[in-house]
Amino acid sequence: MCLAIPMKLVERTEFEGIVELDGVRRRVSLMLLPDAEVGDHVLVHTGYAIGKVDEREAAEILELFRRYADEGIHEFGEEPPGAPGEEP
Amino acid sequence: MSGDPFRDRRTVAGLAREIAAVARDLPRPVTLMEVCGTHTHAIAEAGLRRMMPGNVRLVSGPGCPVCVTPVSWLDRAIALGREPGTVLATFGDLVRVPSSAGTLEEHRAAGGRVEVVYSPRDAVEFAAAHPDLRVVFLAVGFETTAPPIAAALAEAEARGITNFLLLPGNKTMPGPLAALADAVDGFLMPGHVSVIVGAEAWRFLPERHGVSAAVAGFTPADVLAAILALLGRIVRGEPGLDNLYGRVVTPEGNRPAQELLARTFEPVDAEWRGLGVLPGSGLGLREELARRDASRIPVELPEPREPAGCRCGDVLRGEIDPPACPLFARACTPENPVGACMVSSEGACAAWYRHERWAREEAE
Repeated sequence: MCLAIPMKLVERTEFEGIVELDGVRRRVSLMLLPDAEVGDHVLVHTGYAIGKVDEREAAEILELFRRYADEGIHEFGEEPPGAPGEEP
Repeated sequence: MSGDPFRDRRTVAGLAREIAAVARDLPRPVTLMEVCGTHTHAIAEAGLRRMMPGNVRLVSGPGCPVCVTPVSWLDRAIALGREPGTVLATFGDLVRVPSSAGTLEEHRAAGGRVEVVYSPRDAVEFAAAHPDLRVVFLAVGFETTAPPIAAALAEAEARGITNFLLLPGNKTMPGPLAALADAVDGFLMPGHVSVIVGAEAWRFLPERHGVSAAVAGFTPADVLAAILALLGRIVRGEPGLDNLYGRVVTPEGNRPAQELLARTFEPVDAEWRGLGVLPGSGLGLREELARRDASRIPVELPEPREPAGCRCGDVLRGEIDPPACPLFARACTPENPVGACMVSSEGACAAWYRHERWAREEAE
């Protein structure tokens, strides 16, 4: 819920960035992390980068969250499994 | 630790032994509280509760944003959703939470418009694409989630998207921690809330309340390391703050996010399920953003009604463990949840149901 998912920043403009995880790219706002640099691993929460982590930490967080994801523990905003509705 | 579960397991076992050793010197039985849905889950999943010595009790506090959102706030959301031309935009987490007038899911089934979004920005885009509709974003979440919501609102302001409104419901942790400080001996601080506010934001706990606080990451070993730090401080009689997630959490936190929060919101008294109204614990919109504030739209509200028999409020105070609720695992299960603490996968009731099997078997 307050989870933030580490992803790698691969592109950026002034306020926007593209983050990547497992080959999937997502648009992210850099409004809350203006000094993020391409190549940084950033914590992404509801479409916004909110903090930085190093690569090792990023891998550790991801491994843990993948395990929790099976049980509906997810980043805030992602649809909990079992709840109907539009895909985010 | 990554990719090596055996090493992780050895670390956990070692920490558990250290905890047992330190706990022998505790002057009294202690209660440690986590206030983070992910910690709730990590503790339950890894079976950390049963690793604790008999004189160390781990409880979950008000760390699940959906769980602490009071029924009266959801009543207002649904009443707003019934206004002509209004669409409610929400994180998926809220759709199954009961209000006095049913859930958002039921509101939608009855013809109400509910847009489930991943990001508050998606709600801004939806508003931009539907200028004839009033889009009310249901703003819930703690300090981690409030800055993205503030940022989305700033974007709507900058782009002149006037049909995007918020129903303010964001909450901040210091209020409930202060309210619960007398009842616990140490707090495990939420990792990602701390990314925003900074570890130093918790300094008031040891200094003003004499209760230790440890910022913790999310692996079982992270949680145990924080427990060990708290127990050590209790044994030494030296309340203090430890940041055990220093590889992610800085002392000062995310300044741009804090500044944006201050420009957007101001502290207001807010109601928490189980804790009542806590002074300054909510984020209301600042006066200059009043036209964005859906709580100013007059609506008729029902008398707030919690689900009968539900003890979610007592669970959120750490007063009872979920199995002490008469509904737990009987009338209330993750498949057919009665109260918010079971609806949310991060609620203490859901975590206990899934992982503390012994408790469930006793209830059944």
